[in-house]
Amino acid sequence: MLGVVGESGSGKSVTMMSLLGLLPSPPADVHSGTVTFDGKDLLKVDPETLRTIRGRKIGFIFQDPMTSLNPVFNVGYQIMEPLRVHMGMDKKAAEARAQELLELVGIPDAKRRLKDYPHQFSGGMRQRVMIAIALACDPQVLIADEPTTALDVTIQAQILELMKDLRQKLGMAVIWITHDLGVIAGIADRVMVMYGGQIVEHAPVKELFRNPKHPYTKALLKTVPSVRGARVRRLTTIEGQPPILGAQPTSCPFRDRCSEPLTVCASKNPPRYEVGNGHDVACFHADALETAHAG
Amino acid sequence: MLDNPVKKPLVKVRDLKMHFPIYSGFFQRHTGNVKAVDGVSFDVFEGETLGLVGESGCGKSTCGRAVLRLYDITTGSIEIDGKEIGATPQADLRPIRPTMQMVFQDPQASLNPRMTVQSIIQEPLDEHTKLSQKEKQEKVWELMDAVGLNRRFAGRYPHAFSGGQRQRIGIARALALNPKFIVCDEPIAALDVSIQAQVVNLLEDLQEKYGLTYLFISHDLSMVRHIATRVAVMYLGKIVELAPREALYASPQHPYTEALLSAVPEPDPSLESRADRIILQGDVPSPSKPPKGCNFCTRCPKVMDICKETEPEFKEVKPGHFAACHLLDKS
Ligand SMILES: Nc1ncnc2c1ncn2[C@@H]1O[C@H](COP(=O)(O)OP(=O)(O)OP(=O)(O)O)[C@@H](O)[C@H]1O
Ligand SMILES: Nc1ncnc2c1ncn2[C@@H]1O[C@H](COP(=O)(O)OP(=O)(O)OP(=O)(O)O)[C@@H](O)[C@H]1O
Ligand SMILES: [Mg+2]
Ligand SMILES: [Mg+2]
Repeated sequence: MLGVVGESGSGKSVTMMSLLGLLPSPPADVHSGTVTFDGKDLLKVDPETLRTIRGRKIGFIFQDPMTSLNPVFNVGYQIMEPLRVHMGMDKKAAEARAQELLELVGIPDAKRRLKDYPHQFSGGMRQRVMIAIALACDPQVLIADEPTTALDVTIQAQILELMKDLRQKLGMAVIWITHDLGVIAGIADRVMVMYGGQIVEHAPVKELFRNPKHPYTKALLKTVPSVRGARVRRLTTIEGQPPILGAQPTSCPFRDRCSEPLTVCASKNPPRYEVGNGHDVACFHADALETAHAG
Repeated sequence: MLDNPVKKPLVKVRDLKMHFPIYSGFFQRHTGNVKAVDGVSFDVFEGETLGLVGESGCGKSTCGRAVLRLYDITTGSIEIDGKEIGATPQADLRPIRPTMQMVFQDPQASLNPRMTVQSIIQEPLDEHTKLSQKEKQEKVWELMDAVGLNRRFAGRYPHAFSGGQRQRIGIARALALNPKFIVCDEPIAALDVSIQAQVVNLLEDLQEKYGLTYLFISHDLSMVRHIATRVAVMYLGKIVELAPREALYASPQHPYTEALLSAVPEPDPSLESRADRIILQGDVPSPSKPPKGCNFCTRCPKVMDICKETEPEFKEVKPGHFAACHLLDKS
């Protein structure tokens, strides 16, 4: 499982949506690059194929449940729709499966709640409905954009267990976008840290927590309060504002907020350096490390 | 709730109930009620932050909204700043609305997609103040700075923002009228940790500066521990425990609070899979059919026979520490 973390506005959602050709174009324009799924480049296939892949093979959980659930249809209809279209189930089978899915994500009284409309659900329940819809067709890949932000720890733990389970049973691959390092620590195999629209660090999970290399990642790890240990009087923050994403960067996007900037950071955007253990980082400080590692 | 006798309660809630009717069948008959909030009582003292935590769907948002009278409540009394507003008709609430504001859980649903950020933040100023356009502009910029939104975004529409940025628009808007009491419904859930820390620090600064009072709804126990003066724990429409922060985290009295505290994930993979984690078994009962006796009896690891029969009383078990559990009867 790949975890994607990064600050708000760092481009996590936009990156994932562009993977699936979900951004309206114009104004959005994917400039370059390829997205390969099962040997096909998703940015090049025809819209029809893309739609089936999206519906059937890739499950997507959007960040904002209220925008992606349709307020005028009841929740049951919205879960059954993909089951009937993509899995060819009849009404009865779809209804049974829909109820099962709602139970799976821990919504009490599931059968009755199928007839309820999104506004009758609590914030966290809407998020769980989204998860149920994404899992409906047993996808091969699940892309989850902040799927548990509205969930309390007990239900979150339940959903995380469910994910682990499904990964084992169905061999489902999961991309989990979040800003919660606690969640990442618990379930991800690898972590990608994004900042200013770019990947600044990428490493196996234990390696990243033990040995963060990018100043942004280090700062991120310091900002988490804890339920245990001494309570700090004031939370640590990363000073300054996140960059405005505009033209291609010509310098390091984190430079202004970095605690240890170098002169070269102002004139060049750092490439990603390999530092060993499957760990790479976009920071000029790692340049020295890479040479050392190579030599 | 006399843990701090010098402070006077700004908000007093007694036996608040908010039930949503269920209509079913062909004739859409009224067949039952979703007891989203089922008899809660608490005070919020002036200048303090009362944290309200609990599982998804337990009624936190409904409680917050009911206290601000965004609903017509089923029964109960709500006193804000000395005024009883439990039964006041909506039209008469308008003049006191500026003193009480809400930051909503779902930023998307609370921001008008056809308005620019500028006009969204400015709207309350237009409605409730007589500032000149220039003063309003200044205020809007000040608010945008305060919540960490770049001023250059003022002309943009909500859809062009990331989830976290949208939440900050909502916070700026709630702060616009310098309210006394703010219900923050999961104000930081959609934000990443560094922005969360910024917003929490901001809320604390504003509290100190203006003597604000918060009801802070959250499921993030570590954040609540940081920001709250006292914490109330809700389960299935009722408050099961209410205590000063230190006492609640150090010695939780209710088994549900214990389970909740033990389930917090650690931001460190080597500490994960701790053995002392209590995983609750069983399904959460539906708020339309709460179990007989204690609401938590279907999932409680320490359940006794009496729990399935009699509802435990919510009472003071130590000074300032309230809980509703039969285990506490014996001592
Ligand atoms: N439709 C749009 N038009 C213009 N700019 C946009 C649009 N959608 C997003 N952006 C901008 O792109 C940047 C990245 O947004 P994105 O939604 O990917 O952030 P994110 O990393 O998912 O953040 P969050 O954690 O807050 O959800 C933000 O600065 C946002 O303002
Ligand atoms: N307008 C409504 N009509 C019917 N039922 C409702 C309505 N609003 C909320 N409910 C129900 O009331 C219960 C409590 O909802 P509420 O939104 O208060 O939960 P919450 O504690 O805020 O949960 P979350 O953490 O998921 O936001 C839920 O079972 C929900 O489905
Ligand atoms: Mg996002
Ligand atoms: Mg809520």
